[in-house]
Amino acid sequence: MKILVCISNVPDTTSKINFTDGDTKFDTNGVQFVINPNDEFGLTRAMWFKEKQGATVHVATVGAATTEPTIRKALAIGADEAIRVNAAPKDGLFVAQQLAEVIKNGGYDLVIAGKESIDYNGGMVPGILSALLDMNFVNTCINLEIDGNNATAIREIDGGKETISTSLPLIIGGQKGLVQESDLKIPNMRGIMMARQKKLTVVEPIDAVQATTDIRFEKPAPKGAVKLVDPNNLDELINLLHTEAKVI
Amino acid sequence: MSVLVYTESENGKFKKNAFEAASYAHEVAKQIGATVTAVSFNAENNDELGLYGVSKVLNITNEALKTFNAKAFAKVISQAAEKENASVIIVSSSTNSKYLAPLLSGSLKAGYVSNVVAAPESTNPFTVKRTAFSNKGFAYTQIETDTKIIGVSNNAFGISENKLDATIESFNPSINDADFSAKSIEIDRAAGKVTIADADIVVSGGRGLKGPENWGMIEELAEVLGAATACSKPVSDMDWRPHSEHVGQTGKPVASNLYIAIGISGAIQHLAGISASKVKVVINIDPEAPFFKAADYGVVGDAFEVVPKLIEKLKEFKAQNT
Ligand SMILES: Cc1cc2nc3c(=O)[nH]c(=O)nc-3n(C[C@H](O)[C@H](O)[C@H](O)COP(=O)(O)OP(=O)(O)OC[C@H]3O[C@@H](n4cnc5c(N)ncnc54)[C@H](O)[C@@H]3O)c2cc1C
Ligand SMILES: Nc1ncnc2c1ncn2[C@@H]1O[C@H](COP(=O)(O)O)[C@@H](O)[C@H]1O
Repeated sequence: MKILVCISNVPDTTSKINFTDGDTKFDTNGVQFVINPNDEFGLTRAMWFKEKQGATVHVATVGAATTEPTIRKALAIGADEAIRVNAAPKDGLFVAQQLAEVIKNGGYDLVIAGKESIDYNGGMVPGILSALLDMNFVNTCINLEIDGNNATAIREIDGGKETISTSLPLIIGGQKGLVQESDLKIPNMRGIMMARQKKLTVVEPIDAVQATTDIRFEKPAPKGAVKLVDPNNLDELINLLHTEAKVI
Repeated sequence: MSVLVYTESENGKFKKNAFEAASYAHEVAKQIGATVTAVSFNAENNDELGLYGVSKVLNITNEALKTFNAKAFAKVISQAAEKENASVIIVSSSTNSKYLAPLLSGSLKAGYVSNVVAAPESTNPFTVKRTAFSNKGFAYTQIETDTKIIGVSNNAFGISENKLDATIESFNPSINDADFSAKSIEIDRAAGKVTIADADIVVSGGRGLKGPENWGMIEELAEVLGAATACSKPVSDMDWRPHSEHVGQTGKPVASNLYIAIGISGAIQHLAGISASKVKVVINIDPEAPFFKAADYGVVGDAFEVVPKLIEKLKEFKAQNT
């Protein structure tokens, strides 16, 4: 089985978000970039398929050369090879078209992406990919078993979960649950050394449609001060929620 | 020309997000001079949609579509879009809508913008405001394709009434076995429980509650308020609560009217996921807890004393106000 894990390079979850150039660009100053958390769960699940079922695991990202430390980290965690499409990720449709080309050329049976990137939160790439490639698709996937050509996936639904039976070739939008938090793989020294020798292929982008453009950004309005209520006067809290906030 | 809206239902009844999506569709239609057509699957009271500005309902009655299937539903919606010459397609932010919208986007090569929180800022060019960076910012996104898909955030635009008499037309899409190549074989959902996605009020507990045995009061508070229960990440990592209750940047997003955080410190990753909630209440023993900077109302106190008292007071309040 040949697996591709799509890796999105995102600001670390503790990052403060700022914008520059008249609020038209995300300010990367002082921001630490990491593997998108949803993709980290997917990558660890891919490692499980590698260890238990002899899968080959590649990772791919669409991004400039500055994303290479993040891909190297994925190699250090245990992916066999990496592909970087040398283009700024303009929007979900653009990224999906680039990845679709990688997938067509690589002949992957299973594509693991995240349900969303935690930066732009598009939640688009895996679904668009499945439409472009006519591959089966399970989103918000929290468990995945592969047996030969058959796949059984569990996806999170509002208020519960659903088991889905499908087959390869398959693409999933993964998230926490795919593996347990405590089982997440972190690179060790040996992995980091080995990653330096692994193949990282840079390919040029294909011509692709861009459907959307972020024309400007804005930060949320600053919050007013909290109203504190005495723990011995909870009637006041109820009153405020009822008459002022009008939420109960 | 029309604005198409996917109106979700469950067991024949429309969900609240269907009315919100329809209200949004009506606003877009007003701005571009079009009318709203809804696509509804096996719903009973289709004329209800007229109240929210829908002028036509394409109703599908089909056993095979009783259970949600993203690929099949997306195919039906794209056929409806073609039939209605739709320039804009509106969906909600439910898990199911977020599953099918990118499929539509890929097959129609239509620009899709998710998590939209306000009516379009302009329709030529077509620009919408969405949350980005896990609620730490907003983006104004321009959609350049002829067909546009908009995912409306829960509770952001709200429901507005614009009464019309909706005509109801039955719609027979062409679907086949290949559309069900990912097949639902089991659904496991607690009956009668309010879900985080649908809830107006969410009651959430953190590590300050010390252990799973103390969640009785959280559930009771939620029950009194008709709320859904949620938790912080470590609480679900330690299996005190199911993973499906984990909210925050890497968990479920919360966009309720009221979010009550009990024994939660207010880490940046937690706040990112819940900040779309309108009113936030924090109950924490530590006055220095960062959550107090993000909350509207706060109680500095021991949850084990405050919560039981709050439950009693709320019961009295409910008894007087119903
Ligand atoms: C990559 C990454 C992603 C993350 N994503 C998320 C996410 O999506 N969601 C999330 O929640 N976290 C997330 N986190 C974790 C986050 O950083 C915090 O560790 C977490 O939110 C803390 O949970 P907590 O507030 O329940 O626990 P704590 O930080 O331990 O806080 C417990 C609070 O309870 C209070 N308390 C103690 N006793 C009482 C009492 N008797 N009565 C009242 N209050 C009391 C304390 O004063 C304290 O403020 C993420 C972290 C990382 C690194
Ligand atoms: N630039 C990118 N390169 C590779 N994969 C990506 C990229 N952007 C998004 N993805 C994948 O698509 C998933 C969903 O991303 P998004 O649609 O941006 O929310 C991510 O979790 C990744 O797996």
